[in-house]
Amino acid sequence: MDLDSLYQEIILDHYKNPHHKGLREPFEAEVHHVNPTCGDEVTLRVHLSEGVVQDVSYDALGCSISQAAASVMTDLVIGKPVDEAMRIHGEFLALMQGKGTVEPDEEVLEDGIAFAGVAKFPARVKCALLSWMAWKDATTRSLEASHG
Amino acid sequence: MSVTLPGLLPELEVIRKDFPILERTLADGRPLVYLDSANTSQKPQVVIDTMVDHLERHNANIARAMHQLGAEATEAYEGARDKVAAFVNAPSRNEVIFTKNATEALNLLARTIELGPGDNVVITEMEHHSNIVPWQLACERSGAELRWFGVTDDGHLDLSNADALVDEHTKVVAFTWVSNMLGTVNPVGDLSARARAVGAVSVIDASQAAPQLPVDVAATGCDFLVFTGHKTVGPTGIGVLWGREDLLNALPPFHGGGEMIETVTMQRSTYARAPHRFEAGTPPIVEAVGLGAALDYLAHIGMDAVHAHEQAITAYALEGLATVPGLSVLGPLDAAQRGGAISFELEGVHPHDVAQVLDSRGVAIRAGHHCAKPAHARFGVQSSSRMSSYLYTTPAEIDALVEALEYTRSYFKLG
Repeated sequence: MDLDSLYQEIILDHYKNPHHKGLREPFEAEVHHVNPTCGDEVTLRVHLSEGVVQDVSYDALGCSISQAAASVMTDLVIGKPVDEAMRIHGEFLALMQGKGTVEPDEEVLEDGIAFAGVAKFPARVKCALLSWMAWKDATTRSLEASHG
Repeated sequence: MSVTLPGLLPELEVIRKDFPILERTLADGRPLVYLDSANTSQKPQVVIDTMVDHLERHNANIARAMHQLGAEATEAYEGARDKVAAFVNAPSRNEVIFTKNATEALNLLARTIELGPGDNVVITEMEHHSNIVPWQLACERSGAELRWFGVTDDGHLDLSNADALVDEHTKVVAFTWVSNMLGTVNPVGDLSARARAVGAVSVIDASQAAPQLPVDVAATGCDFLVFTGHKTVGPTGIGVLWGREDLLNALPPFHGGGEMIETVTMQRSTYARAPHRFEAGTPPIVEAVGLGAALDYLAHIGMDAVHAHEQAITAYALEGLATVPGLSVLGPLDAAQRGGAISFELEGVHPHDVAQVLDSRGVAIRAGHHCAKPAHARFGVQSSSRMSSYLYTTPAEIDALVEALEYTRSYFKLG
């Protein structure tokens, strides 16, 4: 197994210096997601207004892949319209579920392309997806809260 | 370079040859260094051959087929029960019940032991989830109270409040013999006596003990003991519940179905006595036969010798791990007080990343919460890395682990 394809420098950089970490106000929804097989966990808040992801803040415990994924995810979705952020989420999901056959689009995924190698390690895919799933869940709840 | 230590199995190289998987190589041609035996053990050729032979030559359903193959299959299955009875020194073969695994055995007890409001069940904070959740469910169903022994800072059971915890309302005291996370060896004889003194039944989870220690149910004074086959060089899909015969026959059935009855009418049924009372349906026959071969294999080597080997390897591993900067072991640091599973933290590297880097060097360990989340929470950690040895582990493999941990530190650029 090629370890360096998993642990790209970009991933290790985000792991050591995560972006947007910490829980902040305001927020419309807060979720707590865990990966039951390994115990990784994330508490994540989403603040939406005028159809735009204004802030994503989080507190997370876990491996380098899950921590770096949370950091990269916040870079990609904060400031984006919700529907565009959802499209990026879809693109990242397809990359992770592609078993290493999907060529990532750097225009869309930016630092997220560093996770292409993770898709070849089935046991680690869930690590990369944990915070993205939490974000999608929190965003859906935020939308429901604002429509409800 | 090969290290020899007092207590190592003298025929270690011969024993290793009994386990074909140990000869395989991984990606990049690296030899396998298997240090995940507390998760599941590898299987010797004799177990594999016995199971293949059974399927090739003796396969039939048991206890009902009126033909030669049926008789042979029944003899093989019941023969395995005799081997288990001998392995745990059970007074009677009727006290040995085959289950799917240790988890099912514990669920069987938690489902059938009668509990009610005002009763309590006492467990410990160092249990595997399989000896926590079934009792939580039983207490939720019955209104009984769940209590537990805490764990001291050095990884032992905190028995300071034992008199308050185990009282006249206690119905069950359930505890692990050897912790799968901390490695702690618990005073099972004392705990069993404490249960008996208040009229409660004792339940020992021997999942980590049965592979490594001589088990003598009579000597422990316990009422029930469970273990699983796949950690004792046997196959998956087969576990054991041992219980005192009078207690087993006083319990209601667990699963209803074929083979567990005396007679059935459309209105009602009467039930067989133990062990068949608790073995509804066609059991895992070839798995039981494989377990019998596995226990024969261990008995042939001798559980005292297996235990001495484990202690020697564990002491050597604790010494080696102590040389790795930033590494801290969870649980007792004295090999004489612990089993072969050693959980540790490496400062600055998450356990999953430790396991991943080790895997790239051919070293297989476990990372995560090891199904012992409360025990991890007790020490303020979310997860840990765990190496676990067995009778085929060599000092050279421990050296490979330590070297791979050093490599992990350099890979993650730690000082």
